[in-house]
Amino acid sequence: MKLLTHNMLTSSIIKGVKKGFPLGIAATDIKVSEVDFNPDFIKKMIPKLEWSAICEAAESIGHLDGLPKELAPDYETDEDFLKKAHHVIMEVEIKEGDLICPETGRKFPIKNGIPNMLLKEDEV
Amino acid sequence: MSLPTPCLRHLTTSNYEHIYEPAEDSFLFLDALEKEAEFLKELRPDMCLEVGSGSGVVSTFIAQLLGNNTYYLCTDINPLAADTTQQTGQQNHVSLNAVVTDLTASLTRLTTQVDVLLFNPPYVVTPSEEVGSRGIEASYAGGKDGREVTDRFFPCVPRLLSPSGVFYLIAIKENKQDEIETLMRSYGLTMEVVITRRSGPEHLSVLKFTRRKL
Repeated sequence: MKLLTHNMLTSSIIKGVKKGFPLGIAATDIKVSEVDFNPDFIKKMIPKLEWSAICEAAESIGHLDGLPKELAPDYETDEDFLKKAHHVIMEVEIKEGDLICPETGRKFPIKNGIPNMLLKEDEV
Repeated sequence: MSLPTPCLRHLTTSNYEHIYEPAEDSFLFLDALEKEAEFLKELRPDMCLEVGSGSGVVSTFIAQLLGNNTYYLCTDINPLAADTTQQTGQQNHVSLNAVVTDLTASLTRLTTQVDVLLFNPPYVVTPSEEVGSRGIEASYAGGKDGREVTDRFFPCVPRLLSPSGVFYLIAIKENKQDEIETLMRSYGLTMEVVITRRSGPEHLSVLKFTRRKL
């Protein structure tokens, strides 16, 4: 699971949970693999992300890797920044671990790099 | 122009005991996307989401078509299917991002962010009791009129689609396309039929929905 995917996930389907975002991460296996850098893609993704959640997630798994926590107004032209953003949202993958609902503590397992967000019927 | 069908050699009959084996409906979906290739490229989608991705053949195909300017998310309620989706992507050198969830339940942050939405749903008319499985039955069992799962999903479509977004759906005649068209029109979505094919007893169509006024 890439941090870009993590930024799209919530636990708001749990009964009584309001926002369910961002989900906490307890990672037991993290893999960093090289992905072709596509600056245009990164530029158009950033406005769709909740940046603070990206940084919080990256920091919590020890992979902030120099990424600035504030988006600079001219980030689109800052190649160094775009490369760092690319690395954090596309190259760092959580292979095994848990996602954690911020409101209930409910854990969702990540196996083989895939988060399992299914709930039991009585939780919905 | 004919794009190659994604390679599925890594899958064997033992996989297909647990996940849906690509069949005529899947291949009709690929043909529809190929027919729509120019439209899809001009759309320049940022986010593509396939619901019920199964073997991953459809998302792999569209990822090969559209390239790495798009992020590909795939959901399946069957964990083995989600695994297979991701493997099929890897085998074909495209990056698919699978999530195990019911339809798009945990993806509420994608509101108005999805540019291409794909769903080859469980459309087969079956007894209602067969609906609700998390195994292979989930890939085909559609309950009454083959609509019990899609009817649950349709209200999500206008929320997910971006202003220029497009939703492609497979349906059979028994699913009552006229009713689907009327329902989707009430959400401000216009229906077109991309392609139709008869395959044995199934009269299959790929339907396309956009906010475009005809």
